[in-house]
Amino acid sequence: MIRMLKAMLAAVLVTGLAAAPAMAADSTLKKVKDLGKLSCGVNTGIAGFSAPDDKGNWSGLDVDVCKAVAAAVFKDASQVKYVPLTAKERFTALQSGEIDLLSRNTTWTMSRDTSAGLTFTGITYFDGQGFMVNKELGVKSAKELSEASICVQTGTTTELNVADYFRQNGMNYKPVVFEKLPETIAAYNAGRCDVFTSDASQLYSVRLTLGKPDDHIVLPEVISKEPLGPAVRQGDPQWANIVRWVFFALVNAEELGITSKNLDEMTKSENPEIRRLLGQEGDYGVGIGLENDWAYQAIKAVGNYGEMFSRNVGAESRLKISRGQNALWRDGGLQYAPPIR
Amino acid sequence: MAAQREKVAAQHSGAVPRSFADVLYDPRSRGLLLQALLVAAIVLLGYEVVSNATDNLQKQHIASGFGFLEHTAGFDISQSLIAYTNTSSYGRAFWVGLLNTLLVAALGVVLATAIGFIVGIARLSSNWLIARLAGVYVEVLRNIPPLLMLFAIYFAVLKTLPAPRDSIALPFHSYLNVRGLSVPSPVWQEGIWWVVAAFLIGLCAALLIWWLSARQKVSTGRTIAGAGWIGAAMVVVLPLLAFFAFNQPVVFNTPTIGRFNVTGGLTLLPELVALLGGLSLYTAAFVAEIVRAGVQGVSKGQKEAAVALGLSAGQVMRLVVIPQALRIIIPPLTNQYLNLTKNSSLAVAIGYPDLVHVFAGTVLNQTNQAIEVILITMAVYLTISLVTSVLMNWFNARMALVER
Amino acid sequence: MEKGSSSSATGSMQPTPSRPPPGSAGPLAWARKNLFSSPLNVALTVLGVWIIWTSVSAIYDWAIVRAVFTGSDGSACAKDGSGACWAFIAAKLDQFTYGRYPEAERWRANLTMALGALGLAGLMIPGVPRKGWVAVFTLFVFPIIAYFLLTGGSFGLKAVETELWGGLMVTLVVAVVGIVASFPIAVLLALGRRSQLPIVRYASVGFIEFVRGVPLITMLFMASVMLPLFLPDGVTFDKLLRALIGVALFEGAYLAEVIRGGLQAIPRGQYEAADALGLSYPKKMGLVVMPQALKLVIPGIVNSFIALFKDTSLVLIIGIFDLLGIVQQAVSSDARWFSPSTPLTAYVFAGFVFWIFCFGMSRYALWMERRLGNGQQR
Repeated sequence: MIRMLKAMLAAVLVTGLAAAPAMAADSTLKKVKDLGKLSCGVNTGIAGFSAPDDKGNWSGLDVDVCKAVAAAVFKDASQVKYVPLTAKERFTALQSGEIDLLSRNTTWTMSRDTSAGLTFTGITYFDGQGFMVNKELGVKSAKELSEASICVQTGTTTELNVADYFRQNGMNYKPVVFEKLPETIAAYNAGRCDVFTSDASQLYSVRLTLGKPDDHIVLPEVISKEPLGPAVRQGDPQWANIVRWVFFALVNAEELGITSKNLDEMTKSENPEIRRLLGQEGDYGVGIGLENDWAYQAIKAVGNYGEMFSRNVGAESRLKISRGQNALWRDGGLQYAPPIR
Repeated sequence: MAAQREKVAAQHSGAVPRSFADVLYDPRSRGLLLQALLVAAIVLLGYEVVSNATDNLQKQHIASGFGFLEHTAGFDISQSLIAYTNTSSYGRAFWVGLLNTLLVAALGVVLATAIGFIVGIARLSSNWLIARLAGVYVEVLRNIPPLLMLFAIYFAVLKTLPAPRDSIALPFHSYLNVRGLSVPSPVWQEGIWWVVAAFLIGLCAALLIWWLSARQKVSTGRTIAGAGWIGAAMVVVLPLLAFFAFNQPVVFNTPTIGRFNVTGGLTLLPELVALLGGLSLYTAAFVAEIVRAGVQGVSKGQKEAAVALGLSAGQVMRLVVIPQALRIIIPPLTNQYLNLTKNSSLAVAIGYPDLVHVFAGTVLNQTNQAIEVILITMAVYLTISLVTSVLMNWFNARMALVER
Repeated sequence: MEKGSSSSATGSMQPTPSRPPPGSAGPLAWARKNLFSSPLNVALTVLGVWIIWTSVSAIYDWAIVRAVFTGSDGSACAKDGSGACWAFIAAKLDQFTYGRYPEAERWRANLTMALGALGLAGLMIPGVPRKGWVAVFTLFVFPIIAYFLLTGGSFGLKAVETELWGGLMVTLVVAVVGIVASFPIAVLLALGRRSQLPIVRYASVGFIEFVRGVPLITMLFMASVMLPLFLPDGVTFDKLLRALIGVALFEGAYLAEVIRGGLQAIPRGQYEAADALGLSYPKKMGLVVMPQALKLVIPGIVNSFIALFKDTSLVLIIGIFDLLGIVQQAVSSDARWFSPSTPLTAYVFAGFVFWIFCFGMSRYALWMERRLGNGQQR
């Protein structure tokens, strides 16, 4: 017994003390490089953003962000460890270092940015909360939803927005709240609620999983701003810069007309903006701790932002979401990346 | 250092000088050493945990402390026993969740006991078929995870109920549909307190009469004629009189079918029904086994002796078998009640707003203060368990005294 | 028999009853005695027959007559009046068994399960030779082999992250690891609770009562969202591993109480005899007391494992896809198989799988109890 206790004590000491100082001082970039894998937190399954197929291959817009960052760091987009997270776990996972990048349709809010230990690095998808109802109900506007039962997932900004919206409009509703998406969908399917509310993008994705997608419509009202974007731990500006600028590089690539197909021709371009982006001129990659072909690798892996959007959620995908606010600024959208200079 | 300790030990042990090895192999000093190590390990572990946690929180600017309980919650809850809106505080949300947990636990205990006793008695039935059926019930239900039963009841069975617009109409303006069971809810008017007072007075009077009657039976062997009926009448008639005297101080809010839902009245949520159903059916299987063991545990001689005394079959059961069986049944039964209460936390999977769902779920998510929220939640369940254990020990002590 | 009865008959000078009086034996008599002895009994029998008839015919109708056995998507099951959608189970069986474990590597999962089953069978079936070695293999060698087989990353095996694990495989992993890991914890706690040393005793009692007082879900939440904050910066555990820690601690506390029951049942004389032989505490407990105590509580241990096996389904709440979790996921998010009868079919299937395991274990416990009971009577 004494021996066992001693062994236990030793184990505590080893895990508690020995491991602590070894890694504390390291930067996230060094940690990721040493490990050889980018640990990326994603949604447990939402088509178009992050969903695994039956063989465990992940795809989606959020997943492509992980891939782009991995490509910029390792020149290999497959060096990602996807960690599926519930809404509840996502921040703790990032805070504790289990993941290094949270790319899980997470809304950028002030409290999250300031008191949850996160730093948001950009907006990969401008979203807003909407409502989905069964066509049979004949509802045309969210203003008609008084006394309706509403299925909502807990722990999200969604839950708070819907409370605000109904209070603001002097209407009542009956919340039906679930911890996870599968249960929320199942309840809506079972007729437990009239309305499914979530970020509009998610509504389109969920609609595809319902038996007859055409039986359900998304109402025109968008009741909130939901800027979705990747987040990293607070206190490591270098890593935040890498994630931020990898995404900006993808947006800039679309603006400059660089795609994954014409990428190699583009390296021969005379356009100084393109040359700077693709690492032909200047030391921009070195400035953030990477090599100068960082953006080249990222674009090669996932294409520019437009390709990424179209492949996962846009015209080429089953979701068929129009670009809308997510079009480039020059096309009337909100996607605008600072120049690489 | 070692020499010094040796010297101290030698002084304590008196005349016989002892070597260091003697001290090391002395069970007493070994025990002390072991305990010192354990304390050191626990303190070290505690220190590590606390310092790591504060480090992590500080470094990443994560809020901490219990101040969040005062903040505005901002979300709605589907079922609340106390007044709650989305402008209430997180602290209020905690009470809503706790009361919902207690509600489902209380109802579940009653239901599980009722079903469990019926099945348990049925297992002992002299009718072969009924005994076998009860056996099948027990063997099937106690070998399936309760969470799965909840899913099946909630997502599959519930689905067969009609949409609100096609509600099944029941007597008394009640409706049954996929959104639950809606019944008229009483709205108390002025004067209802007189009815309550009349009921309490009637109850006191009845208790007094019953007590007098019982006392007379002990001393003379005869009861007061009609004491039972007089008492019962008092409990019923007095409040009824008051009810009509104060012009029937109650109106009913009847449910009506609206565009989306049945509105008005009182709605029993399907989440509550599913949770209650799943938990009580599951726990009843265990209760049945406890009841069976309890009744079988009463020795045959007791029954035979009671019959020999000329007691009727009902009296044998009521006066001899059940009191003795209860002594065997109650301790494991309490355990099952506690299990049911703890299992009520499965509510989180089917959206019933219990403590774990509302507090360790929504509040945790909105505030991100995982440590505080989970500690509070655990403390609540621990308190319920400990209070029940204390009551049980007290009860067992009483039972043991009676035995003598 | 014949001889004995005739000799007793001659003693009492009465004719030998060659057969029981008419109407006291045979199926008819049995039925009269057990089913129709009184009006109440007749009524109960009728009630019982009615219950059996309605439930069996409803189940038969749903599960066989109206069931859909083949099909490549849910359209066949979505027809009005169709019963169980077994085609869905058939199509998803692989996913329910392995989750998203890569197809090419599934032989590793199979091999692990086969090895585990072999070891377990060796342990459970009495009369298998060299039980000690079988135990060493099952309890110590097998977990190590299983770990390397399933996670890979060495010996030329491809690494498979635990995020890809799922289905029955995860259910079994959680259950088996919970059982194996909780055992030493439980033994230590049980000994601690019976210890003479006050601090050791209070620490054990405190831990046991704490864990037994809270629901498993809160332990799992603690493991999934609180534990990471308690670890030093940069040290992280795999999510599945964290859940396993939670489950093992939880099960350890419950099992400790079972083992304590066994310790209490060992007569004082055994302790004193060991002391008189001059055995040290570890030897006394390890060689004399524990073996007897554990043997006494085998049924209790198995029952506590049944509870654990059912509880493994709770890991789905923290987002690990065990059997129930993956069934739930498949039911709610595969549009191709959407039909009114899909969910119930899936739950019935999952329930049946869980039931088989739990019922099997409970029968084993019962059988063991009888066997041990016989041993005691001798």
